[in-house]
Amino acid sequence: MSDSLPPLSKTASEIPPSGIRKFFEIAAQMRDIISLGVGEPDFVTPWSIREAAIYSLEKGETNYTSNYGLPELRKLIAVHLQKLYNVQYSAEDEIVITVGVSEGLDLAMRTILNPGDEVLVPEPCYVSYKPCITLAGATAIGVTTKAEDNFGVTVKELEAARSQRTKAILVGFPSNPTGATMTREALQEVVDFAVRNNLYIVSDEIYDRLTYDTKHVCVSSLRGARERTILLNGFSKAYAMTGWRVGYACAPRPILTVMNKIHAYTALCAPITAQRAAVDALKHGEAAVQDMVREYGRRRRLIVDGLNRIGLTCHVPQGAFYAFPNVSATGLTADEFAERLLFEEHVAVVPGTAFGAGGHSHIRCSYATSREKIEIALQRMARFVDKIAPGLALVSSPDKASTK
Amino acid sequence: MQNEEIDEILTILARDARTPPETIATMVGKSVEDVRAAIDEYERNGIIKRYKTILDWEKAGTDKVVAFIDVKVTPARDIGFDGVAARISRFPEIQSVWLVSGGSDLRVMIESSNIRELGRFVAEKLSTINGVAGTTTNFILRRYKEDQVMFIDTEEDHRLVVSP
Repeated sequence: MSDSLPPLSKTASEIPPSGIRKFFEIAAQMRDIISLGVGEPDFVTPWSIREAAIYSLEKGETNYTSNYGLPELRKLIAVHLQKLYNVQYSAEDEIVITVGVSEGLDLAMRTILNPGDEVLVPEPCYVSYKPCITLAGATAIGVTTKAEDNFGVTVKELEAARSQRTKAILVGFPSNPTGATMTREALQEVVDFAVRNNLYIVSDEIYDRLTYDTKHVCVSSLRGARERTILLNGFSKAYAMTGWRVGYACAPRPILTVMNKIHAYTALCAPITAQRAAVDALKHGEAAVQDMVREYGRRRRLIVDGLNRIGLTCHVPQGAFYAFPNVSATGLTADEFAERLLFEEHVAVVPGTAFGAGGHSHIRCSYATSREKIEIALQRMARFVDKIAPGLALVSSPDKASTK
Repeated sequence: MQNEEIDEILTILARDARTPPETIATMVGKSVEDVRAAIDEYERNGIIKRYKTILDWEKAGTDKVVAFIDVKVTPARDIGFDGVAARISRFPEIQSVWLVSGGSDLRVMIESSNIRELGRFVAEKLSTINGVAGTTTNFILRRYKEDQVMFIDTEEDHRLVVSP
């Protein structure tokens, strides 16, 4: 770039690039890779949904929609949330269809934050949480969660991180990368903390449908939460629709009105074809969701059992499709482990450091990949760990019931 | 075992009959002994009939002619369609026999090494069975999907190797 051009945005330039990016560039050059590094379903969008989108194109539906999104889709979402979590949002003016949760998150932050404000972010967390806060001119305050708490956040930790400038708390359960969920009681304490300190809550619930042995708790359904909560969700994970870029945000009218204003000026509306596909997902996609969740559930047990056998201790994740084992027993940091595993055994995982503090001893292993590939990856990882730290792997097979 | 877990074991086997009991045990969170016992039980009581391999014979270079034959039957007193159905079923060429609703009574799937032989079987064996009032033979020209397996281009994994 020419030296004579004025400097680019200071805020944007200073945001560190995603820790995943570096890794992706190395892995993309290599052949014969088994990847446990992918943050999206390995299922293709169910055919019924794809077919509905094709039909919509054939009919010539290539126009803008209302800024809020197709009325039919918003009504279906309102019914869906009512049915699943008994929370009520008006399809009229409390729901906006966004370009994935990514856009919803950006809208939420820009709507509630002023320069100088602080947002509490339990971490390890999704890679874009903190950058979105920074881009909105505010400051992200990381709250490190711990493996011994199953990566749930406690009020004590939040209280320690709170200041006079704290404006909001951003939570994402089930969590990417930890797979953690929180119980109703524990989440209620977080909501009570927000109420006591008059904070907004932004809740990213994109993995809500992917929970195992436990039922998802929608933050908006908790006592005192709805009036101060922005609920973000979408179709990417539950319906295997990542590339369609369609999600939604729900919030009380005064908040959503401002969000929709930013949305109208920056995205205008979500792509109509994706919205039509989302309509079909809500109408006809439930059986496919159930099938996918059951399959993820089986793979989850395979991978958790396999990692623990290898000697990489791993709590049993209750949601999403990630296992988050601790690799410190090998004597390597997460970054070293991930890099050497990639070069020496051609298995891609993502080091926990990519997701903020608390992840330096962990790696994220996605089980959104076929059972066959998971088994090969586990074999390669076992060989790798045996080379690095001989004797770490369990000799006898652990009790099956312990993986429940 | 719970009903749900029973379904789980069967679902896993239906997709891949060669899944080892150890792997199934891990996936359903039960002991290997429990899983083995459950499978034995299914085999004994006929819930699991047989383990079969889905083959692409064409790829293997073996020619096979497959046809669906709709059979009109004059039902017999007391035994209805069952007598004729049993008679047809005993021929080894016959792969499947179903009683169906609609225009015909039985639908039969037959496999043979060539058209001539298949035609002869229909003319000489099937049509002449007492109670068979007529047949309509539909040859299979190409297989696209069978038993949940696609025989045409499957969808590849287009995902990036690493993503957030």
